[in-house]
Amino acid sequence: MDIKPKKIKNNYETTFIVSGELTEQEHKDVSEKFLNIMKDADADILNVEQWGLRKLAYPINGKHNGHYTFVEFNSFGELIEKLEREFRYDERVIRFLTVRLDKHAVAYNIKRREQGFGMRQGLGAK
Amino acid sequence: MAIQRNMNIGPTAANKIKNQQLTKKYCRFKRTGIKYIDYKDPNFLLKFVNEQGKILPRRITGTSLKFQRRLSTAIKRARLLALLPFVTDLLK
Repeated sequence: MDIKPKKIKNNYETTFIVSGELTEQEHKDVSEKFLNIMKDADADILNVEQWGLRKLAYPINGKHNGHYTFVEFNSFGELIEKLEREFRYDERVIRFLTVRLDKHAVAYNIKRREQGFGMRQGLGAK
Repeated sequence: MAIQRNMNIGPTAANKIKNQQLTKKYCRFKRTGIKYIDYKDPNFLLKFVNEQGKILPRRITGTSLKFQRRLSTAIKRARLLALLPFVTDLLK
């Protein structure tokens, strides 16, 4: 009676900044690329938000503005290490942050999605 | 004691000041029932940061220890994502 390892999907949210000098098309490519990485590892993506070109609070390696992308997804743990390695390889992404969500954070995100407060210029790709 | 030393006044006056300050403070997260402090919303976090962009201590904002820790991690994450500056001169 082999006990199958119980694989649970955790809730994550990741935000990454693409360097401001790139064209709009390149921003789309970068975010598409990472969304595909997530989809390949059968993560289910709950919410994608493009906050657009924002002025950074301080210059990150010389750049003063960047294109923010925010993704909420839940997936297995192994995807995160792969995702972060991919972030590091890609030099167009100047900053990324992946956070695991606890139940309060998940409840907050659901409420945020419904009421649409916060930075919600929606590319609401479900 | 600190109040008494800095403002070199008698102990009774010092207690009065101390009590005055104590009654005013409360933890706004417990009172409003906020459970999660979001690092993606810089306008809300600006209330807990002074002009130089430094995190305000609990004795000024009056937040409880549990929420001060969550607040500081949220502010540090916001700083990492360049939503909040690490150090600045005139923030507000």
